[in-house]
Amino acid sequence: MGQTIAEKILATKSGATRLSPGEIVDAYPDVVMSHTATWRSVAAMKRIGATKLYDPERLAIVLDHISPAKTEKYAKDQQTSRNFAREYGIKKFYDVDAGIAHLVLMEHGHIKPGDLVVGTDSHCTIYGALGALGTGIGYTEVTSVWVTGKLWMKVPTTIKFVLNGKFNPGVSAKDLMLYLIGKLGADGCGYKSAEFYGDAMPDMSISERMTIANLAMEMGSKCVFVPPDARTVEYLQGRLQDFSQYEPVYADPDATYEQELTVALPELEPMVACPHQVENTKPIGEVVGTRIDQAFLGSCANGKYEDLVVAAKILSGRRIDPRVRLLVTPGSKEIMLEAMKSGVLQTLIESGALVTNPGCSACAGDGGTMADGEVSLSTANRNFVGRMGSAKSSIYLSSPATLAASALKGTIADPREFF
Amino acid sequence: MGATMQSTISGRVYKFGDNVNSDIIIAGRYLIYIEPDELAKHAFEMLGEGFPAKLREYDILVAGRNFGCGSAREQASTAIKGLGIKAVVAASFARTFYRNAINDGLTIVESPEVYEAVKEGEQLSIDLASGKIAHLGREYSFPQIPPSVAKILELGGLANYLKANINTLAGKQAD
Repeated sequence: MGQTIAEKILATKSGATRLSPGEIVDAYPDVVMSHTATWRSVAAMKRIGATKLYDPERLAIVLDHISPAKTEKYAKDQQTSRNFAREYGIKKFYDVDAGIAHLVLMEHGHIKPGDLVVGTDSHCTIYGALGALGTGIGYTEVTSVWVTGKLWMKVPTTIKFVLNGKFNPGVSAKDLMLYLIGKLGADGCGYKSAEFYGDAMPDMSISERMTIANLAMEMGSKCVFVPPDARTVEYLQGRLQDFSQYEPVYADPDATYEQELTVALPELEPMVACPHQVENTKPIGEVVGTRIDQAFLGSCANGKYEDLVVAAKILSGRRIDPRVRLLVTPGSKEIMLEAMKSGVLQTLIESGALVTNPGCSACAGDGGTMADGEVSLSTANRNFVGRMGSAKSSIYLSSPATLAASALKGTIADPREFF
Repeated sequence: MGATMQSTISGRVYKFGDNVNSDIIIAGRYLIYIEPDELAKHAFEMLGEGFPAKLREYDILVAGRNFGCGSAREQASTAIKGLGIKAVVAASFARTFYRNAINDGLTIVESPEVYEAVKEGEQLSIDLASGKIAHLGREYSFPQIPPSVAKILELGGLANYLKANINTLAGKQAD
């Protein structure tokens, strides 16, 4: 019987020859990421009385959630994280200028196919865009991995997704994922691994794969895989320091899947997640005309360069509705620089956008706070009550294209008329 | 970190529905705290008036599917502990919450049957050693946490576990 990608990676990282779903192993991650939560892991390390790290080379620290510091408390916590990184000689340390941890780590070649990556963030599933097993854990558990090098992991079952055909103009990976989350529910892939295949995959850009692997967390996925291919190699060229370590992991043809789901991409339309659950998705037609006060283009789901380009194409030469505040947060410094050089930032600013520094921004409640009764459309991955301010405000989630079209109209709008 | 795990937990139930996410349990703006008491002041505050104060009158939370979904924030389980809640029984848990609860020394039990059967304000008794829940004269079995993981919970959480075992666990590759 063949094995899935998750089974193979967990076997390699735990020294087992082969594993089956349900088994519990001690696995040794290649990368342990901590973001703004780093100070908490430092506090936990003090509490347990540990002073040595298992392997400082495996630590990656990115100060992304509240950047730069907004209060003295944040400043003190960031100072703790910085001092820790210096004291222990953490080479993969990125300060408040770098951007969102997930994007920064991939851009800098710290994630490669077959890696096991854990971190203080549920959206660590995004590393599956490059064929790595990424999953989120709490800050004390990060400390535990810092100190012991390992953590217990249960081998998941796997759902196979087969994506066929091409998206229609104006429809994208975000719409696909909102469709799947709506169909399967917030725990439809709970405790499970998700592998993505189909004739659509070779054409799917790394940016789109990141959106897929990121959003799959919102249906509960433990980890997500887009099997590496020529696009993966192309992305990693010039990023991966040592290409001899490029060892992609693939599922066996006779691997066992709990379920197989096929999606015909041409049948999809723009989707929107309505307040206050991501699984509360509706086709665009059912929400067109909903008034918005704020539009947020950013996050690890859709704050990538391609996402900014899509929005800029729609906004180019036009002005957003004066009742809307359009917040644009490039996901990383690399993305911001690229958007600056290509003129995308200028286009966005001229259309009426407020462009912020890279980072998690409004998705993490860092700016863009909403008042009672206000409505935000966001390209992020969560619309939970109060996540962007008042408990009496609402968040809708959409693709960058839908967001740009809606910013122009002042109400949720179908982007397809711009394609 | 509190005392080690009790083998029987009894008390009154407060009941939630499905998909209670960790942003609801503790909003992102309070992640500047890690102390149970500070977090508990703001736990479930997004649910409006009466929260979190009224939860302090209960001992056990019972919830539907996917309790603790969303953010991997460990403070979700810490905040619940800070409220004086002794256990969470849910039809199912999101995996990050499940891990964080164990690492925080918060007892969690998966039981869709109990979620269906129990009403708010009723009494439950959870016997961890035998894996049984008693409710209104009926008994429900629940799957026990694997022994290799239960030892973390038994010591009151991961920090205690590491502290107790630091010499055998830590820094093997370093030096």
